[in-house]
Amino acid sequence: MLASILQNVINALQWGSFYALIALGYTLVYGVLTLINFAHGDIFMVGAYIAFFVASFALTTLGMPGWAALALTIPATMVLTSLVGVTLERIAYRPLRRKGAHRLYVVITALMAGLILENGNLAILGASRKAFPPLIHETVYTIGGVSFTNLKIAVIISAFLVFAFLHWVVTRTRVGMAMRAISYDKFAVPLMGIPMDNIIVVTFVLGSAFAGLAGILFAMSYPVLEPYMGALIGWKAFIAAVVGGIGDIRGAFIGGFLLGAVEIMVVAFFPSTFRDLIAFTVLLAILTWKPTGLFGVAKTTKI
Amino acid sequence: MFRYTFHIILILTGGLITWMAYEEMLGLYTLSVLMFMGVNIIMSTSLNLVNGYMGEFSCGHAGFMCVGAYISSILGVLLFAKDKVFGAPLLDPSLAIYAFPFLILAGGVAAALAGLLVAIPSYKTRGDYLAIITIAANYIIISVIENLGVIGGSRGFMGMKRVINAMEDVAYLPWMPIWVFLFTVFSVWLLRRYLSSTFGKGVSAICQDEVAAEIMSVNTNKIKTISFMVSSGVAGIAGGLFAYVIGYVNPGSFNILKSTEALVMVYLGGMGSLSGSILSAVLFTLLLEALRPLQIIKWVVIPLLLIILMQFRPEGIMGNKELGDMFPWLKKFYKFK
Repeated sequence: MLASILQNVINALQWGSFYALIALGYTLVYGVLTLINFAHGDIFMVGAYIAFFVASFALTTLGMPGWAALALTIPATMVLTSLVGVTLERIAYRPLRRKGAHRLYVVITALMAGLILENGNLAILGASRKAFPPLIHETVYTIGGVSFTNLKIAVIISAFLVFAFLHWVVTRTRVGMAMRAISYDKFAVPLMGIPMDNIIVVTFVLGSAFAGLAGILFAMSYPVLEPYMGALIGWKAFIAAVVGGIGDIRGAFIGGFLLGAVEIMVVAFFPSTFRDLIAFTVLLAILTWKPTGLFGVAKTTKI
Repeated sequence: MFRYTFHIILILTGGLITWMAYEEMLGLYTLSVLMFMGVNIIMSTSLNLVNGYMGEFSCGHAGFMCVGAYISSILGVLLFAKDKVFGAPLLDPSLAIYAFPFLILAGGVAAALAGLLVAIPSYKTRGDYLAIITIAANYIIISVIENLGVIGGSRGFMGMKRVINAMEDVAYLPWMPIWVFLFTVFSVWLLRRYLSSTFGKGVSAICQDEVAAEIMSVNTNKIKTISFMVSSGVAGIAGGLFAYVIGYVNPGSFNILKSTEALVMVYLGGMGSLSGSILSAVLFTLLLEALRPLQIIKWVVIPLLLIILMQFRPEGIMGNKELGDMFPWLKKFYKFK
């Protein structure tokens, strides 16, 4: 009994790590721009595909061994994915921001950009699924009936490392200070001589790079890639970010693990078709009980 | 006399479509495009009530459409058609011709009740948190239906064609185009009357500033409840019509992509403009059909067109204005009282 609970906890931690990694990207962009970047789930998908191409290139054309290919894939994917994110910001969001369009129109643009990424991928690469090449040898460890692989541990550890890194960036560095300043008052910040556009680009770089990292880890854990893989996981990560209180890094992280835990527990005790139903009902209940999410602070409005 | 020009044109258009459908001058394809146009108009105008006029970001509107589609088709099949699951019809199938509008309205009422799922949390929750609740509501509705094996689960539900055949046996007329046209006019009229009433001005007040509206003695909770219910109820009407037009429903066709389509129509037309929503629903349906030969590339081209449009006209086609505000001479030709 205890062993099965622990097993589920480890599964939940792994599944929650993906949500947490993607939710961190949502919350960074939202915290700075109050923009829901609905294309973020598809940036995660693009990251997984980029990882696929880089890894196959390294393995077959360059003939590298698995560990070296992995060492090449991780930085290359993160850089290329962040380029995609920054391009999106540059082409689609920045002109709208300059024109002072209503922020919901930017959200619609983000939705459309996500559709373009998904269906562009489908049109270029075709509907056949891609199998991600195995990069490292998976070893299964069993301690007291609880079994876990080295990959699971790596996923969980990297989620925590990314969280620690982002927390450090936001609270301790000058860039992080500028980010917090922009989210506090968007109009006074340029007057202080802070280059707003650069800070926003940095935000997009950070968010997209970690979405790319999540893409690699996801592709290694579940080695089947398809163009629509980012859509549902993106929506759910967004929900995780909001349940944690969007704009707050701790909130996104904990929300991601919470959603992962709820989903794994539902699958463990109910038929798996009930997963979405119960997970979303729990989230609806949490939001009704605490309307600004777990870590969110209600804004007071002056009239 | 001038003031009724619009009504006369509307009646003539309806009559013309019915006559041409009856004489089979319009192909089935053209007719179905016209009917989807009607359904899309209902969807986009009803979503505009929440997103444009009330200023809340609802992105799970297809869920309510799903409720309406299922309720009205289940009722129709149960009452008027022979079915494998439900057995013999409970009522005489020749009565279907009289009961059909009530079937669609029943779907609307059920969807309005489902709208409470969103309306009640909206008392305390605002902005993006409410957006999540609407997405969650959409997913919850779809998964409930997927898990109900009695009505087909994720395989879908069919048998609505038999109800329409029963209507055509009594009087041979193109019933579906007639009903879609009448319900489109009814929905737009209802929303227009709702928004221009004194009560409906409160909706715009909530959009401007919710706290200030509350201080000025606007009962925001009541207005929110009723607006969400009206909006989702009208979406339910669209769902019922959609189900009968296609003759088959499955929960997968009311997923978040369908909601995205509705959102696109609203923001393309302009928030806070009913005529903009109608215009963009017509344009969007035509665009979807015109680009059909491109197959999957269609879904790259359409978002791209929209992004480009947003860059040049970020407020949508009509912005906040109605057609009558943009071209004041049009006001001579209609009377909305």
